[in-house]
Amino acid sequence: MPSEPSRRVEDKLFYNRYLVDSGRAHIKVRPHTTPSSRLLSMLKACPARCYELSDKGHVEVTVDGCIECGTCRVICEESGDIEWSYPRGGYGVLFKFG
Amino acid sequence: MIEERFDAIVVGAGMGGNAAALTMAERGLKVLQLERGEYSGSKNVQGAILYADMLEKLIPDFREDAPLERHLVEQRFWIVDERSHTGIHYRSDDFNEEKPNRYTIIRAQFDKWFSQKVREAGATVLCETTVTELLQDSHGRVVGVRTDRDGGEIHADVVVLAEGVNGVLGTGAGLRGRPKPDKVALAVKEMHFLSRETIDARFNLKGDEGLVIEAAGTISRGMTGMGFIYSNKECISLGIGCLVADFQRTGETPYGLLESFKRHPSVAPLIEGSEVKEYSAHLIPEGGYKAIPQLCGEGWVVVGDAAQLNNAIHREGSNLAMTSGRIAAEAICLIKSRNDPMTAKNLSLYKNC
Repeated sequence: MPSEPSRRVEDKLFYNRYLVDSGRAHIKVRPHTTPSSRLLSMLKACPARCYELSDKGHVEVTVDGCIECGTCRVICEESGDIEWSYPRGGYGVLFKFG
Repeated sequence: MIEERFDAIVVGAGMGGNAAALTMAERGLKVLQLERGEYSGSKNVQGAILYADMLEKLIPDFREDAPLERHLVEQRFWIVDERSHTGIHYRSDDFNEEKPNRYTIIRAQFDKWFSQKVREAGATVLCETTVTELLQDSHGRVVGVRTDRDGGEIHADVVVLAEGVNGVLGTGAGLRGRPKPDKVALAVKEMHFLSRETIDARFNLKGDEGLVIEAAGTISRGMTGMGFIYSNKECISLGIGCLVADFQRTGETPYGLLESFKRHPSVAPLIEGSEVKEYSAHLIPEGGYKAIPQLCGEGWVVVGDAAQLNNAIHREGSNLAMTSGRIAAEAICLIKSRNDPMTAKNLSLYKNC
């Protein structure tokens, strides 16, 4: 049966080690009034649940827990829904096992 | 930061980049390798199964000091529904040989070791450095890279793009397209720690014997995908992956799939009581032969996952990365030894090796 994903993925990210580059998000969502279907799909497809729907109905990204898989890049970069790059050297997720 | 000029710059310190940097440095080329992680391996994610043959061609005596987990003596392939599995198993004592042909590994540890070999061979390895752009001259020839460090322009005769499945340099410079949602799979994985004795008992193993389970069926909820369970010495790598396009279409969550897979009655007893120490995700190129982009051009070559070199049917990615890195490096060394320029025509040796 479906789990409560919100709870669970936050627990998962707690296992990981990160060096957050404050104020320099490596992913940015293009400002929009109505989110595209691609952006909306990220609410579910992002494995770190970095994408959330705001009260105003906008899709927002918080990259602190990003595990740098690139799924959102594959779905949303070409259309311009997001700008995607890697974190600065040394920042971001730091895998102990990988 | 670095004023000097290099024979070759390798972008990335995964399997392909390390293979290329090692091969060129061993043959006397002046090599700079750039890696965005704090060390080689800190950004790299794989199941992971290592095929010995491809590594032997680079480091013949790797078994002496490489951080290997278990050599594989058994492969299980399961077809599962909600409550059952059937499958094909193959196990042989013949795999308990002096030089086993495949191993489970933990990439962060393995890559650190591999990177040490690259340094010992004489390459300059610079970590915590993200390459932001390829430098091209007025003819479009790649002449170096720009990094996120101050004054970070570095020049070289050739750039080896070993930037992984999500590489942004080659795509940014128009050398290849971005991976498409139906040509890459998203896999999520957890590392489940258990005592060595527990793993031995649950999987019927002794000594350094290891086992692989791969599973397909209802666990992917109609999407194209597979689950996997790999035994390491003191942990289990457990994950599941499906095509990105399928996640996009169905609205399934990767972590939801992973949780269901873990709760499957055939899986749950294998990880019962484990301590999870990491959650990771990674894209896997699944486009096959037809998704392979142009492999070289004026002053550049692309290797490994960045070149979509992956056999999705048989979990072969890192071995093809190592092999393509080595072959590209051998081609570069040959061109260098002839004092020829790193043109697209000369570099096409890589494709024809």
